[in-house]
Amino acid sequence: MSFNYQDIRKNFPILDQQVNKRPWVYFDNAATAQRPIQVIEKIREYSVLTNSNIHRGTHTHAIRTTEAYENARDIVRDFLHAKEREEIIFTHGTTESINLVARSFCEKYLNEGDEIIVSEMEHHANIVPWQMACERHHATLKVLPFADDGTLKTELLESLISDRTKILAITHVSNTLGTVNPIKEIIRIAHGHNIPVLVDGAQSAPHIIIDVQDLDCDFFAFSGHKIYGPTGIGVLFGKRFWLDAMPPFLGGGEMIDRVTFKKTTYNELPHKFEAGTPHYVGAIAMGSAIKFIQNIGIEKIASYEHHLLSYATDQMKTLENLKIFGESQNKTGVICFQLDQIHPFDLGTLLDQLGIAVRTGRLCADPVMDHFGVTAMTRASFAFYNTAEEIDSFVAALKRIRVMF
Amino acid sequence: MNIEATQQAIIADFSAFDDWMDKYTYLIELGNELEPIDASYKIDQNLIRGCQSRVWLQQKLEGDLLIFEAESDALIVKGLVALLLKVFSGRTPQEILDAEPYFIDEIGLRQHLSPTRSNGLMAMVKQIKLYALAYKQIASQKK
Repeated sequence: MSFNYQDIRKNFPILDQQVNKRPWVYFDNAATAQRPIQVIEKIREYSVLTNSNIHRGTHTHAIRTTEAYENARDIVRDFLHAKEREEIIFTHGTTESINLVARSFCEKYLNEGDEIIVSEMEHHANIVPWQMACERHHATLKVLPFADDGTLKTELLESLISDRTKILAITHVSNTLGTVNPIKEIIRIAHGHNIPVLVDGAQSAPHIIIDVQDLDCDFFAFSGHKIYGPTGIGVLFGKRFWLDAMPPFLGGGEMIDRVTFKKTTYNELPHKFEAGTPHYVGAIAMGSAIKFIQNIGIEKIASYEHHLLSYATDQMKTLENLKIFGESQNKTGVICFQLDQIHPFDLGTLLDQLGIAVRTGRLCADPVMDHFGVTAMTRASFAFYNTAEEIDSFVAALKRIRVMF
Repeated sequence: MNIEATQQAIIADFSAFDDWMDKYTYLIELGNELEPIDASYKIDQNLIRGCQSRVWLQQKLEGDLLIFEAESDALIVKGLVALLLKVFSGRTPQEILDAEPYFIDEIGLRQHLSPTRSNGLMAMVKQIKLYALAYKQIASQKK
């Protein structure tokens, strides 16, 4: 493998520590990724040297901070291969991005009796905002199911679409099954009926090259903290046509053109959707995170992570009575599993004793739990700083723990 | 054994373990040994929901004493439930209200009882106290 993870790990100081007297193995990357020193330094730099509110002052640091913030928008535009920088809206994260569309798009376009389609494998953040919109507008939420191997039943999409379908909201990569959905094909089908598509990219942006023009998606949402940036910052890409047509989401400073008590006119894109002081330090630091992974090469990252996924899957399959949920041919480095009859809470607790961090529980995806008839799962998820040696200790830990029961 | 003595006995039991594995193996054992509650009590009304694991808690009054039965779907939680039952079940409402389960801290398992851990244990202690309070009030109204 041409990928030198040892050099890369040096950029992540947090990884070099012991937890419960053992070298820390961080396999909870799908929940949040760790930040490289470049991102940490950027946050420090802006906090120590430059902090000033953006888009307002005439003073040196206000101008510098504004430039850096707007530069981060260019970095994101480039990262998503969007046509225009005005199509990039900074939000708090994927959840806010989806809520923005569910609120503003639906306010304009969703009427009584209309329909919205989501998939069965969505994170709650891509279900609940649409359910709330449906309740507000007396519309119906329809669900595209997935097969037991974790692949989406795309062939059923046509039959779900009706002339009342207003928008389709679907995840690019499942946070539980790891499935990479055929999103381009799904968008093509939806567009055949003039239905716009929102793509939840929270789990894809860190692992796959995103080209919103090639996908032709109408909206794309992702979070800074899952791509090695800070928490509290995220992105909504929207095609200019939609963003221009949609009413503002939040009202306040920055998003206005002129305010009188009679009537307020709104600012142009992207500011129309960025009310209040944004998390500009977060946006600037997220820009550094994107630069960091671009410098390594997202294709290289994807291929190394795929190697980790295959290795982990093979090693885990040597254990009898270990069931993996989600066995799509096209997966990112996410493995949800059940070992013997051991409850995920027990397994997670004991893995932690061995210094290994995994996620357990319902994984913000109750419908996926219901699909498999389980109340919880254990999830190991990998990033490019993880190693085959860590997978070996993980599998050894599973063997050690199972004999305790 | 009163609540205080019971907590001390548990602490003494756990002091024998110097290895985390022994400690958790013992908890799992306690979990396995805990009498399952009658299936008819495993209903939503008795369910203390956590994101991670579920706990069912059932109570009845026998004379002056509050009897609790409980179960969890996770074995480690069940082991901790067994310990909490040893401490709190078969006590008067006043005894329950006066007691804090400090033994959890002493045996080095405090992380399982912190309010941020969504395994239902913290909620179980709260629920036990609420039942004690309710029975105490009912008893005082009867007088």
